[in-house]
Amino acid sequence: MTSFIQNDVPLSWYLLLSAILFSLGVIGFLIKRNLITVFMSIELMLNAVNLSFVAFACQWHEVRGQIFVFFVMMVAAAEAAVGLAIIIAVFRARSTLAVDYIDLMKL
Amino acid sequence: MHLILFFLFAGFCLAGAINLLMQTHPINSALSLIVVMTSLAVLYLLLGAEFLAIAQIIVYSGAVMVLFTFVVMLLNAGREERTLGSHAATRVGFPAVVALFAVLATILIRAQGLGAARLGEGLSNAPGQSNLFLLSQVLFHDLLLPFEVTSVLILIAILGAVALAHVEGSKIPDSEGTASK
Repeated sequence: MTSFIQNDVPLSWYLLLSAILFSLGVIGFLIKRNLITVFMSIELMLNAVNLSFVAFACQWHEVRGQIFVFFVMMVAAAEAAVGLAIIIAVFRARSTLAVDYIDLMKL
Repeated sequence: MHLILFFLFAGFCLAGAINLLMQTHPINSALSLIVVMTSLAVLYLLLGAEFLAIAQIIVYSGAVMVLFTFVVMLLNAGREERTLGSHAATRVGFPAVVALFAVLATILIRAQGLGAARLGEGLSNAPGQSNLFLLSQVLFHDLLLPFEVTSVLILIAILGAVALAHVEGSKIPDSEGTASK
């Protein structure tokens, strides 16, 4: 098991992957026009942050980084449930999922 | 071995994330997000976080994405029309994203003593102490109260989801006959 865990990938590559995933999530949040896909981009950003948490936990032999990821997962699950319920309520009121038409609070 | 696995699943991850942006149908985006999350679980396994890898598969690619695909099915979400939003989004947004990525990458790589750092083995150097043991020690002993509070949070989230999705005075039609009357 220890020989399997021996890792020769530099930490910075994991962090770079995390940064790329986070930026892709931000781009998705900006360019997607569907409410559900915008919400998926938020999940992608959360996952990118989780990856950097796990990478740092491995780097400094600190278990609390993994604990933090566990709590982020729990909160993300609760957030997904509430967010999707809001999306269903919005769809019921507006009969559309396109964010261009859901602009009541825009200036 | 590790290098090969890292490149393979980091490639899957990036391909899935880019595919999420390229697809116009929400169900295709949801399926590519499942690919991203499952490859992230393999990367967690490489980083010695076995519990989180399994939790990632069960919670994210299991529960959360099933919820997403279920909502896509329920709302019958069709193809999205590509309007390119406002001009401010294209002129300010994309340079801002590029700048954000540059700042993130620079900070993460230049951070003290990170550049040449190599990842070690598990979290503990002591023999007979697995990562899972350490994790449960902290989670169920030191952080027991926050752990229990998350269960209350999830309960409240369930109640909130039911309250939001519920319509006042709506009745579930027993059959088509009673619904049409």
